[in-house]
Amino acid sequence: MKAHMRAELNGLAACKPWTRDEIAARAARDIPEGFYVNLGIGIPVLVANYVPAEREVIIHSENGVLGMGPTPEPDKINRWLINASKKYVTLVPGGSYMHHADSFAIIRGGHLDLCVLGAFQVAENGDFANWLTSADDTMPSVGGAMDLAVGAKQIWVLMEHTTKTGGSRLLRRCTYPLTAPGVVKRVYTNLAVIDVAADGFVVRETAPGLTFAALQDLTAAPLRRAN
Amino acid sequence: MIDKIVQTMAAAMAGIRDGAVVLIGGFGSIGQPNALIDGLIDQGAKELTVVANNAGVGHAGLARLLEVGRVRKIVCSYPRTTDPVVFERLYREGRIELDVVPQGTMAERLRAAGAGIPAFYTPTSVGTRLAEGKEVREFSGRQYVLERALFGDVALIEAWEADRWGNLAYRSSARNFNPVMAAAAKLTIAQAQHIVELGALDPEKVGTPGIFVDRVVHVPYGEPVVT
Repeated sequence: MKAHMRAELNGLAACKPWTRDEIAARAARDIPEGFYVNLGIGIPVLVANYVPAEREVIIHSENGVLGMGPTPEPDKINRWLINASKKYVTLVPGGSYMHHADSFAIIRGGHLDLCVLGAFQVAENGDFANWLTSADDTMPSVGGAMDLAVGAKQIWVLMEHTTKTGGSRLLRRCTYPLTAPGVVKRVYTNLAVIDVAADGFVVRETAPGLTFAALQDLTAAPLRRAN
Repeated sequence: MIDKIVQTMAAAMAGIRDGAVVLIGGFGSIGQPNALIDGLIDQGAKELTVVANNAGVGHAGLARLLEVGRVRKIVCSYPRTTDPVVFERLYREGRIELDVVPQGTMAERLRAAGAGIPAFYTPTSVGTRLAEGKEVREFSGRQYVLERALFGDVALIEAWEADRWGNLAYRSSARNFNPVMAAAAKLTIAQAQHIVELGALDPEKVGTPGIFVDRVVHVPYGEPVVT
């Protein structure tokens, strides 16, 4: 029996997986005031929409923006101000611009408290893969991911728990080419919040209605409950 | 009297040779000097190596340079942008060489070239495919990869304001790679939306001091379009 079918029998049918926005909102809750944070493309950029207004979190964008604000109103677009996804954004009061070498000095130099990235796969040893899906990818595109992965003080990954065909994105070892070895500290998926500890994955929280056993069935690496 | 402002695009492009390494500023289409790229197409140099963050969007600017067959090789971090139709076709047909470099490594290789540093060690890409074949050395218990400076024969730069000494000021996130590339090439050519009198630029806001700039062309094109 396929893992996802077994999981359905085990009660996944009753589970309400988190949406992309809910994953982002869940992660945003855990970002402390005063953190300097870089948000990768995909689900991570949504995190900016969910940081509580009264909490000062400063968002960095690799293309030279520190203090990035939300999407502008259509009549207030600054056409020289975009984010890493090349979408129009705003600058918050106190924000600043810098050139690319300084922007990556911020990244590589260990000045960011947190980087939130998307991924294809995360392994129980903290390895992750987010730039190539196979060895012969037609257009390898790495962007700033490798710099962010080794530079920020902490790396969180936000992603769907499984692939479109139901395969686990959480693995014992990554099968895709790595972005960086051993750096992921926490994973937020549509099914769970999972820490990457020295001895593997530790489940901190599951989506409403999802049992630990059902989550384990959908995960191709051993899970442990948090104490 | 020093006057780096040239009156025609032909004068701006004079002397660029076949096989040149051309650094092109911009992040996507923001800060990308499209008028200079069109000037380079008219000038006719071919077999170029282009260094740019992306590999062209749609059919304008850098994409057009690729489409008319002038580029032998592209060095970039992220070819897979919104609409890389031209690059994708050339790459699949094996008509263009691709060298993928992590974005921060590219920025630092350019910075190093401008700063007289022939090579440096970075933690980015250690333990990944992009470090294969490169020297790895340990400092204070951590592994680093040796990367070499990336020199340009020519840099094409987009600025917001310029004066006749070649001082440049940038606008918002359009700064990106431009100041780093301006210092890294033997011949640096800038297009600027506004030409101002010497002394009119606030010295505190000069993003690229004129010493790094050889020629300036006035190109008041208005607002960039994110495509």
